[in-house]
Amino acid sequence: MQHRSFIYRTYDLYRDGFRHMTIGKMLWLIVIVKLFLIFVVLKIFFFPNFLSQHAEEGEEAEYVATQILTIDN
Amino acid sequence: MQEILSTIDTGTIEWSRAQFALTAIYHWLFVPLTLGLAVIMGIMETCYYRTKNVFWRDVTKFWQKLFGINFAMGVATGIILEFEFGTNWSNYSWFVGDIFGAPLAIEGIVAFFMESTFVAVMFFGWKKVSAGFHLAATWLTGLGATISAWWILVANAWMQNPVGCEFNPDTMRNEMVSFADVALSPFAVDKFCHTVISAWIIGAVFTVAVSGWYLMKRREIPLAKASMKIGAIVGIVAAMGAAITGHHSAYSVAQVQPMKLAAMEALYNGGTDQSLTGIALINPFEQPDYANQEEPELKIAVPYALSFLATNDLHGYVPGINDIIKGGYTNADGEVEPSLEEKIERGQLAINALAAYRQAKKDGADEATLTSYLSTLSSNMKYFGYGYIRSVDQVVPFIPINFYAFRMMVGMGCLLILFFAVILFFVYRKDIARAPKWLYLSALAMILLSYIASECGWLVAEFGRQPWTIQDMLPTWVSVSHLQSSSVMITFFIFLALFTTLLAVELSILVKQIKKGPEYEAQV
Ligand code: HEM
Repeated sequence: MQHRSFIYRTYDLYRDGFRHMTIGKMLWLIVIVKLFLIFVVLKIFFFPNFLSQHAEEGEEAEYVATQILTIDN
Repeated sequence: MQEILSTIDTGTIEWSRAQFALTAIYHWLFVPLTLGLAVIMGIMETCYYRTKNVFWRDVTKFWQKLFGINFAMGVATGIILEFEFGTNWSNYSWFVGDIFGAPLAIEGIVAFFMESTFVAVMFFGWKKVSAGFHLAATWLTGLGATISAWWILVANAWMQNPVGCEFNPDTMRNEMVSFADVALSPFAVDKFCHTVISAWIIGAVFTVAVSGWYLMKRREIPLAKASMKIGAIVGIVAAMGAAITGHHSAYSVAQVQPMKLAAMEALYNGGTDQSLTGIALINPFEQPDYANQEEPELKIAVPYALSFLATNDLHGYVPGINDIIKGGYTNADGEVEPSLEEKIERGQLAINALAAYRQAKKDGADEATLTSYLSTLSSNMKYFGYGYIRSVDQVVPFIPINFYAFRMMVGMGCLLILFFAVILFFVYRKDIARAPKWLYLSALAMILLSYIASECGWLVAEFGRQPWTIQDMLPTWVSVSHLQSSSVMITFFIFLALFTTLLAVELSILVKQIKKGPEYEAQV
């Protein structure tokens, strides 16, 4: 028993820990729902990368330059 | 002359700013409590480690549980800010270049590894690892969170004081030339010290308030008394530390963002021997007429204190808003400060040189032409952002917010020192378990007030640097993406709903656990 490997003891720490969680289960559920909302719903539908949508790869500098260096003389 | 971004809808800028502010304010509800409770838990567990008294283990476990709830609720709320950079502030994100890459990547990696290992040992390892290892894991959890905060604050400090970088006109990005200058800039160090110490106050107030609630209900008396003592000691040290580090922050602001300091103080016309305004009458909803008024009405001030705060010298020179606009005084670098007009001219030279350089390069111009544009650009780059300024008002931050937020923060800093001193008086000289009810109630009110003070700190830091997203380099209206203001408005309200729901869930879980109270293994 005492001579379990480091890997086993680490596995055991997490397994036992998750098994005996009380309030933690509720918290995990909230964290997972939140991560889903943030990384799937918000990121994909509401927060696309603006530059990669508006400029070809490698052309971002040119796009930003046209945005911020519009010269009218 | 440029007519830049004339098609950008002001609604897009304002909604993008509002959205960023909302996310940051919300994120900042969790962070200081995490940083503060980490210190409190660490001290409690150290008591357990030294005394081997299981009572301390129960105390630690109870606060750890509340820490865990707050930690779980806060996880990933900061990442939304990074999404907003990429979507709403794309010009800015590109312009910032690789400066944020390194600090934010280090932050992500450190946070992931420290949090997934040490947090797990802290929560799951009580019976699995030695007491010493567990104690180390608890402290390292706090250290990990503090190191994460360091990198985020380095990124913030860079926007306020862009050092250690060079602008590359071909890539249109800033490139880091000295990691040490970015990571250890005095501005970043001051910001880190003040922010982290002020976060300990939040942890301390929370501990004292929850303990006070138990004492008021005549429950969990030994745990509440022990926690009160630790909370109040951490609190008084942190509140005094906030005043000292706040002084350092004000000094750094005076060096690199004098306009922010002038707005915080509603200092229209500066000079030597400046007094620090205690209070004055300023309409909270309207920008005062700083150009024509000598000073705000009904000003009550502490003589010489502003000169001392800003220059470490009772007689030091502090420029006011009109002085900064006029220029001509000796600035913190020992140089004569150019007037706003001159900065605008030089900014326009820089923008024109950059545009001409890029065009010339496309047209295959000769080396000498390119070099001459580059030399104009580099000698005026410092004022690049001023090239976008069209009127004086654009460089003056909204004074009322800065003025009142600064007063709220500093006033609360003083009140907190008094508050913790009274608690300690009851702890050491009287019986804190039999203190008058108003003391427990005021501790509960302090949670809200200290949070307001802490958020006010950010209001000062961020409203005070308007209009700059990168100080003197890019104003907000150039940084923002060409988005429909209605779509930004929709995401603002989605966030508001999401954040409010999450906050309500967190508060209800926290309150439920506090009402339930600790689980004891020791006989109490
Ligand atoms: C007691 C005297 C205090 C002084 C003189 C002071 C001074 C300052 C100054 C000058 C800033 C702006 C820094 C910048 O723009 O870079 C600041 C920011 C801030 N303050 Fe305070 N402060 C005090 C107390 C407090 C207290 C009691 C809290 C919290 C409970 C607090 C929390 C913050 C936070 C969170 C920030 C924003 C982060 C930062 O820029 O450091 N401060 N403070």
